[in-house]
Amino acid sequence: MPKKTPFFEFHKNLGAKIVDFAGFEMPIQYPDGIVKEHIWVREKAGMFDVSHMGEIEIKGKDALNFVNYITSNDASRLEVMQVQYSAFPTEEGTIVDDLLVYRLDENHFLLVVNAANIEKDYQWILSHKKGDVEIKNRSDDYAEIAFQGPLSEKVLQRITKENLSELPYYYAMYATVLGKKVLLSRTGYTGEDGFELYFEDFEHGKKVFLKLLEFDEVKPIGLGARDTLRLEMGYCLYGNDIDETTNMIEAGLSWILKLDKEDFIGKKALLKIKEEGPARRRVAFITERRAAIPRHGQKIFKDGEEVGHVTSGTMSPSLQQGIGMGYVRRHHTRRGTEIEIDIRGRKEKATIVKLPFYKNGTVKR
Amino acid sequence: MNIPENLKYTKEHEWVKVEGEFAIVGITDYAQGELSDIVYVELPEVGTNLNKGDVITTLEAVKTVADVYSPVSGEIVEVNEKLADEPGLINQDPYGEGWIVKIKISNPDELNDLLGADEYKKVIEED
Repeated sequence: MPKKTPFFEFHKNLGAKIVDFAGFEMPIQYPDGIVKEHIWVREKAGMFDVSHMGEIEIKGKDALNFVNYITSNDASRLEVMQVQYSAFPTEEGTIVDDLLVYRLDENHFLLVVNAANIEKDYQWILSHKKGDVEIKNRSDDYAEIAFQGPLSEKVLQRITKENLSELPYYYAMYATVLGKKVLLSRTGYTGEDGFELYFEDFEHGKKVFLKLLEFDEVKPIGLGARDTLRLEMGYCLYGNDIDETTNMIEAGLSWILKLDKEDFIGKKALLKIKEEGPARRRVAFITERRAAIPRHGQKIFKDGEEVGHVTSGTMSPSLQQGIGMGYVRRHHTRRGTEIEIDIRGRKEKATIVKLPFYKNGTVKR
Repeated sequence: MNIPENLKYTKEHEWVKVEGEFAIVGITDYAQGELSDIVYVELPEVGTNLNKGDVITTLEAVKTVADVYSPVSGEIVEVNEKLADEPGLINQDPYGEGWIVKIKISNPDELNDLLGADEYKKVIEED
């Protein structure tokens, strides 16, 4: 039986199309449809139920050292209540999952992981346990709302006591929202300014959900638009663009890989890959014909020779053209390189471009 | 769910409106809802001869892509050119402005294989 989030009944009442996503019954879209929802988030404020995300808590005297051992980024650089994008590398340097690391206190971390990987990640973390740490899978204890868009701060401020303009990008706080403290961070997956709110009190989460929907600037947004929004920014989706067969360097995730850390899982393999240079790289491309929409799994050619494959593709609602990401063999990854995508038997011209595809996002940096 | 009584259907979610020796073909309201947000229609050419079951066209939606199969054999005599610029017509008005092609039927016996509205409703319920 797929799980339901605390907001499930609201989605049904709002007329959402529900799909099974990673074992959760989630809204893929509401009656407006993906394109309108996407544009709404780029212009106003959209509310996403992301309660399917997993939360794993690490506490104890050695929590910092342990988090630093299992993740690729350097958690020691985090201030208390700062947030960091990171990954769990395998010994081979490939990716168990990507995640957000919240440093809630000196030795108290909350790791926010992908829904499809909750159990795998939890077992992975347990099996690599080191030192004096307590590891808890808290995934069922949190409901989560992502509130995203250029108007998100203005709207959320109406029901929040603390001054949100003082919360920098990738920082968190315990804020009083509708009279109760919730964990709130300035983070997101859309390329717009926005927040993520974590509710341990589900009834309170429901109140906030309904309250935010009352504002004219706000619409509910489904997972369909969440995917097109993240792809326009070139953010990786686990299971598509990254997985246990892609290493962090070829995936273009060196910016969250701190090889000068003392010791962590995958360090040896990743140092070697860095030294030798990756055999392929994740690239972004746009297709020439508007009608040519790349899709996951399609092959990429250069001068008639197969050089890679597509990992994510869609029609970009903002740019009105086909966009995609994929892995391409080295020497063919330079910006401006002309490639061809095999879209159902037809070789469609495409050009490798710089990310993000969408350059007017309001995300704070 | 909108399933007009006066149309014929296929299990693949095409609808057929028979007008004399011609068949007008589109996709059903259910099908457009499943695809959602159709963003491109690769229009076929007038004069193309089709066998029953051949692909008439491919519909690109944001999340997915779907083929439209010919419910009958015959020659395409007209295509809905408006879909080139406004593919969303299929979502907005699947049985009207969102029609896809008009086919001159070469084997009228094949019409007997098509489903009535009640039979099509059962197909959806089992989907």
